[in-house]
Amino acid sequence: MLEIRKLRAGANGREILRGIDLSVGAGEVHAIMGPNGSGKSTLARVLAGHPEYQVTDGEVRYDGQDLLAMDPESRARAGVFMAFQYPVEIPGVNNTYFLKAALNAIRGARGQSELDAMEFMTLVRDRMAHLGIDETLLNRPVNEGFSGGEKKRNEIFQLAVLEPRLAILDETDSGLDIDALKIVAQGVNAMRQPDRAFLVVTHYQRLLNYVVPDFVHVLADGRIIRSGGKELALELEEKGYGWLETTVGS
Amino acid sequence: MSTSTQTIERLASREYKYGFVTDVEQDAVPRGLSEDIVRLISAKKREPAWLLEWRLKAYRTWLTMTEPSWANVRYGPIDYQRIIYYAAPKQPAALASLDEVDPEIRRTFEKLGIPLEEQKLLSGVAVDAVFDSASVATTFKEKLAELGIIFCSFSEAVQHHPDLVQRYLGTVVPYSDNFFATLNSAVFSDGSFAYIPKGVRCPMELSTYFRINARDTGQFERTLIIAEEGASVSYLEGCTAPMRDENQLHAAVVELIALDRATIKYSTVQNWYPGDKEGKGGVYNFVTKRGKCLGVNSKITWTQVETGSAITWKYPGCVLIGDGSVGEFYSVATTTNRQQADTGTKMIHLGRNTKSTIVSKGISAGYGQNTYRGLVRIAKRARGARNYSQCDSLLIGDRCGAHTFPYLDIKNSTARVEHEASTSKIGEDQIFYCRQRGLSTEDAVNLIVSGFCKEVFRQLPMEFAVEAQKLLSVTLEGSVG
Repeated sequence: MLEIRKLRAGANGREILRGIDLSVGAGEVHAIMGPNGSGKSTLARVLAGHPEYQVTDGEVRYDGQDLLAMDPESRARAGVFMAFQYPVEIPGVNNTYFLKAALNAIRGARGQSELDAMEFMTLVRDRMAHLGIDETLLNRPVNEGFSGGEKKRNEIFQLAVLEPRLAILDETDSGLDIDALKIVAQGVNAMRQPDRAFLVVTHYQRLLNYVVPDFVHVLADGRIIRSGGKELALELEEKGYGWLETTVGS
Repeated sequence: MSTSTQTIERLASREYKYGFVTDVEQDAVPRGLSEDIVRLISAKKREPAWLLEWRLKAYRTWLTMTEPSWANVRYGPIDYQRIIYYAAPKQPAALASLDEVDPEIRRTFEKLGIPLEEQKLLSGVAVDAVFDSASVATTFKEKLAELGIIFCSFSEAVQHHPDLVQRYLGTVVPYSDNFFATLNSAVFSDGSFAYIPKGVRCPMELSTYFRINARDTGQFERTLIIAEEGASVSYLEGCTAPMRDENQLHAAVVELIALDRATIKYSTVQNWYPGDKEGKGGVYNFVTKRGKCLGVNSKITWTQVETGSAITWKYPGCVLIGDGSVGEFYSVATTTNRQQADTGTKMIHLGRNTKSTIVSKGISAGYGQNTYRGLVRIAKRARGARNYSQCDSLLIGDRCGAHTFPYLDIKNSTARVEHEASTSKIGEDQIFYCRQRGLSTEDAVNLIVSGFCKEVFRQLPMEFAVEAQKLLSVTLEGSVG
């Protein structure tokens, strides 16, 4: 589904990703781990098309299409979703209204009919029940005044409504207490499907106790220095990132 | 420069779709201003002597005044002798029915989305259509008359209800008020008049649509609305003008009077021609609007959505005289390209337990300059007065400006006055967030702007809230793209 080849990218003239190769198949969950500054969030944002980052080399194929040639909204409409590390506040814009506009933009681009208010609310209620999300979230402005946990839950809620094919979680676990983390993880697990892939960017192994990955990749200094199964995450937790960086360095 | 900054830049350029000119035969007075012109205008309108006297007093006062220069706007000198002070389409003096409206003018209003046939109108809205200096049609007159409501052009009111006009004209905005209001008092041509009798709730929106058509013509309309004890009315004005390279002057005066427990809601959607991208042409919108809450527990609400005009200079205010009276001001002002706006309100608290609310939302894009200027004055005898002000500015791109000048003048220690202000930029991160959810940049900006303006749009009558939102998105089209 996703093929990343020799991807180099950076921001403000500074190179952050120095040649990433990664293949993600449908139905797989890949965890991207690494110390601060290793480039893992940059990878997530480059895939989503964040304008702050420039790709200098390499290519990314998504379902055979040249992902890097697409603008951010086209990527979203093609089924790429990113849960933000810092979800953005949009004052005065109702959360439900925002999500309906987004869903209908995506549906429209796929030649599907727009959902009317009734159909949309039925879908939303179903997803909320699924995720155990409080309905009061619906009528508040997008992320405005949300607690850290609410913001992250709102991201997962959007994920559940928009039903992407490739979901990228950018440090969705950061700043969450254990209960909030469990809710987020439950949401992600409920969304796991044979035709949907996840790229889970995280600093800590903690989230991976609840969202068990098929593959774990460790990033350091803009490169993947180690890939393995879920046990790699546990090993990292035990030995720390320093262990890998020294073994690779030697 | 990143792509969304470029898109933001593009949003600042846009098309004005009301810029066409209508070809009709005009009855105009010669260029320039003199006592003779004032007399000629008054004669054309067959006005009573007292009104001519009033105009002449205003004209003589105006000669002693100088144009104000304190506003945060810049423009070249206005040659007041180059302006044509009166131009009206030639048509029968009195129309027997709406069918007699010149078809050319009828088509103009249809193009503007204001059909003059009553059956085609939005149900529940009565329209007075003003074309250059004259009112050409007023709809639903008979239906309103059944309730004792008078809704007609100002000229008609002078003919048929001279006592009401004489009693209230200039009682809120005196002829000597300020340079532009005084000029208006001397040469005003037409406008709307509404009178709601005691205890009557006006069952439909009253609305005036102003259109400047003729070249080099100033538009000087005057509107007077009186709500008697316990009456209530909601009134809306809209305006457009052709695209012309020369600047056109629009100096209007609006006076509102609310007696005991009366409510007046006055909403404006202002879309005069704003000039081109380089700032050539456009309307100078120098307007004086004021309401007097004369009665106890009366209420006046100003809502304005200002998207047009090269320069906007207006401060719709409330004089809160009656105890427990309430004044409100809700404003969205948008400046793009080279537009400049210096707008805000004046809340003058004289009565006890009077309350005012100010919510101002300024949006600047392109090279637009947007200034909020507001005065809250609480007089010595205004015990228990309260004011809440909120001024928010939104910047799109990095060449525009937002300025806030709040003036507070508090003479009573029991007053409670709150002021909040914020300035924000439409963030690249906000736009990216929306785009990552599948929305185009254009839709993202509209969404963010409409969220920003929500508190103001909520105040508009339903149909117009939708219109205003559309207008705003057309206005900002291309300033982010």
